[in-house]
Amino acid sequence: MLNSSLKQLSALLAARKISSAELTSEFLERSRALNLDYNAFITINEEASLAQARAADMMIASGRAQPLTGIPIAQKDIFCTRGWLTTCGSRMLSNFISPYDAGVVERFNVAGAVNIGKTNMDEFAMGSSNETSFYGPVKNPWDITAVPGGSSGGSACAVAARMAPAATGTDTGGSIRQPAALCGISGLKPTYGLVSRYGMIAFASSLDQGGPMAKSAEDLALMLNVMAGFDERDSTSLQREPEDYTRNLEKPLEGLRIGLPKEYFVKEISDDVARTVEAAIAEYRKLGAKTVEVSLPNTKLSVPVYYVLAPAEASSNLSRFDGVRYGYRAPEYADLNDMYRKSRAQGFGAEVKRRILIGTYVLSHGYYDAYYIQAQKLRRLMALDFAEAFKQCDIIMGPASPTVAFNLGEKSSDPVQMYLSDAYTIAVNLAGLPAMSIPAGFGKNNRPVGLQIIGNYFAEAQILNVAHQYQLATDWHLRAPGPL
Amino acid sequence: MSLSLDDVKRVANLARIEVSEQEANTALAQLSGIFSLIQQMQAVDTSTIQPMSHAQDVMQRLRPDVVTEIDQRELFQSVAPQVEAGLYLVPKVIE
Repeated sequence: MLNSSLKQLSALLAARKISSAELTSEFLERSRALNLDYNAFITINEEASLAQARAADMMIASGRAQPLTGIPIAQKDIFCTRGWLTTCGSRMLSNFISPYDAGVVERFNVAGAVNIGKTNMDEFAMGSSNETSFYGPVKNPWDITAVPGGSSGGSACAVAARMAPAATGTDTGGSIRQPAALCGISGLKPTYGLVSRYGMIAFASSLDQGGPMAKSAEDLALMLNVMAGFDERDSTSLQREPEDYTRNLEKPLEGLRIGLPKEYFVKEISDDVARTVEAAIAEYRKLGAKTVEVSLPNTKLSVPVYYVLAPAEASSNLSRFDGVRYGYRAPEYADLNDMYRKSRAQGFGAEVKRRILIGTYVLSHGYYDAYYIQAQKLRRLMALDFAEAFKQCDIIMGPASPTVAFNLGEKSSDPVQMYLSDAYTIAVNLAGLPAMSIPAGFGKNNRPVGLQIIGNYFAEAQILNVAHQYQLATDWHLRAPGPL
Repeated sequence: MSLSLDDVKRVANLARIEVSEQEANTALAQLSGIFSLIQQMQAVDTSTIQPMSHAQDVMQRLRPDVVTEIDQRELFQSVAPQVEAGLYLVPKVIE
């Protein structure tokens, strides 16, 4: 059962082979036990989860079940959850019991899903290794000396270790796709604006996007059916007709044109990742797809551009944490200004402070045009690069990360090296496109490799189809670390 | 462009983050590394390009100017560090 798909779990619940309370208890027990080693969850609350499970059992009994009713889902601790500690991985919010639900959490509640706990993450989603969390690093379940990736590292670990059937994540520069790749699971970052940002603690608002993390593309489609949708409380939420993201899963791939950006297959990519990704692409050719070389000429500028725009937006968003209305307040201070300065110095960790300083600098008088505006212009060039490439292909493929999971501590003292590990994921956020990572095999030290699939705007159903067809032909997505 | 220790302290003050002399020095070294990465942006001529602030070219939605929030002061203030009689307490700012 631990390796079952959401569809299989749903069928078991519908046939009354198992109750949601039993299913939830089993995953809770496993999560409690494994969390001692992996640190994937910040909060587990059996009582609250089981109350939701019993309510779900009543929904099922009264014939009101939806596809995810009664299924335990882990929530990244960036999503405000009423009555639950919601920390965003920060000391700043280490005492914050959310008084309201995020839009995404509301939608799972309406669907009758069970919140099985709040997952660990890099502080305020700033990090690529989960090492910036105030609650300590998450371990990669394939090798506990390796990072799980970040920032949604707790969610990726929880799904990979089968502590939860599925989880939510958020992706500002790769924070769903990179940990999904490093932990050997599937993760989808939707088109910007598809999933509500209401109650999703803001990092860089023009890039932040919530999305699902699960074992397979089919599971992701079912999750996205719940998560996507208009929310008037999010000013950039898109008003669109609801879609069924499972509708194209079974389509054959005959004639699919896969674009391979020549800038993605360069010396920066490690041999084991390159080999694994190329083998996955060869499998697609067997499935009837054709490959075509495309060019995304400004790829190498995506990291510099991102590390101007994201910190700029972050420095503005995080100014709300002032120790007045919620969150951490320093115990001692001389006056109001000193209270702000000390509360923020003590409440934020090193990486968050670093990014606030970068953001404040690039937005300050005299530097705005040289940095912020220049970065916004390059952002447009990158979006145009993708538009040009999509004239020659239907989807784009490449690695999700230049290497397999690195070791804990390996990059934590060198921010520039850490930032460069996001080189394959960032441009997608800058353009606002949908993209996913799916397990494609194993590289060095038997650590997982992710294949990235990038679609055009609103092509979620298509990239899910492309991923699902691969998962019908291969079994990488069913491999789990350790015994089940 | 090179960053100075005074720049770091000025920016930290603007961001309302207290930094010690030692923290400012560490930040200077790390930020200088990050800014040399960022500097790569300047190599591209973007004089004819319009800045892009958002992934979708959509207009900001408007809504009727009516009250949509209900009063939840007590609930919201239950997570505040210090409140009294419905007010948030901060150190005295006016002598």
